[in-house]
Amino acid sequence: MITTLLFADLVSLFVRSIFVDNMIFAFFLGMCSFLAVSKNVNTAIGLGAAVIFVLGITVPINWLLINGLLKEGALAWISPSFAEVDLTFLAFIMFIATIASMTQLVEMVVEKFSPALYSSLGIFLPLIAVNCSILGGSLFMQERDYTLAEATVFGLGSGVGWLIAIVALAAIRMKIRYSDVPKPLRGLGITFILTGLMGLAFMSFLGIQL
Amino acid sequence: MSTATTAAPVRESKPLLSKRDRKLVTDPLSDSNPITIQVLGICSALAVTTQLKPTLVMAISVTAVVVFSNLIVSLMRNYIPARIRIIVQLVVVSLLVILVDEILKAFVYDVSKQLSVFVGLIITNCIVMGRLEAFAMGNKPGSSILDGLGNSAGYAWVILAVAFVRELFGSGKLFGFSIIPEALYAPEIGYVNNGLMMIPAGALFIVATIIWVQRSINKYTEEA
Repeated sequence: MITTLLFADLVSLFVRSIFVDNMIFAFFLGMCSFLAVSKNVNTAIGLGAAVIFVLGITVPINWLLINGLLKEGALAWISPSFAEVDLTFLAFIMFIATIASMTQLVEMVVEKFSPALYSSLGIFLPLIAVNCSILGGSLFMQERDYTLAEATVFGLGSGVGWLIAIVALAAIRMKIRYSDVPKPLRGLGITFILTGLMGLAFMSFLGIQL
Repeated sequence: MSTATTAAPVRESKPLLSKRDRKLVTDPLSDSNPITIQVLGICSALAVTTQLKPTLVMAISVTAVVVFSNLIVSLMRNYIPARIRIIVQLVVVSLLVILVDEILKAFVYDVSKQLSVFVGLIITNCIVMGRLEAFAMGNKPGSSILDGLGNSAGYAWVILAVAFVRELFGSGKLFGFSIIPEALYAPEIGYVNNGLMMIPAGALFIVATIIWVQRSINKYTEEA
């Protein structure tokens, strides 16, 4: 199946998932940690890298789960009587289990190799498990019927898009500290407006023909 | 995690809704609103709000999930080991969301298609996990239900307000019925729907405005 896919298709899917279908600006996924961890560029880069890693692993794993266990007819290899079993309704719980265990793995790796980053990410590292963009990645993969290669590329691309978005926002927020923002808008309010303006800017990528 | 000792004395003195219980329900409507103050559950608030109907369905689904997961986790809170509590909570929440998803598919299939992945994303809606962690893990089932109701009501009014503005100005309709008279669209008057409302960025600006107004009234400010 993979050989029939053109390499160029995968590249265009990669670019599309970074810029055109950006998780933050096109679907608002992963906004909670996007807003909360974007005060400092270094922390943002660390969290972004963790998100790329988790998305890049969980989307293909969930693809295997969906196509190898849950889809109608996927269990036919056990015995023909299972051919009509459709377990798709279990997809949510399988997805979230994969994601939670992968996050646990990332957490242990980061704690071991970069304690500084671990303490600066704080509660948001375990919360990657409930970062909407991760589960969203798997759900979009299921909805759009990707192949395994596409799923991997899509997962990685979405992660890179998320990293770019959070680093860009963190950089702007570090600058905006020197501006005189109206008091009630400080913090969350102005961040929403910034995100909206960045979203408008990202819309210019819609015109790209891929 | 604090245990359930705090709630008991107040609840015994007043049988129906004590002052503390009332506070549990009313606080999240404004002073500790999940969206505008606690910054929880933004993803779905922005993504589903182009029309009122899916937004209403979303609000009801989230209410059901928050209330029941708060209740279940609160009942189990003394038996959940602290180290694996996130997984336990996720399992409870995803079972409830699977139920909601199946119900939506059975009764309002078109809306369920429209919401697409966002029904599944209730699992990772920060409000659900946030309230479980912050409240249900340390309080009695009764208070937890009220807390769930209050927070989902706070969530519901914000997303309904956003959807109201977006549908009215973005497509001139409310719940799918045309509100702006046809005559206004005539070339000599030249009223047009505001395209900004239909795109994602529009929702962000509306939420920012709600935050601005609310915080001006509440005199709540945030540093940096």
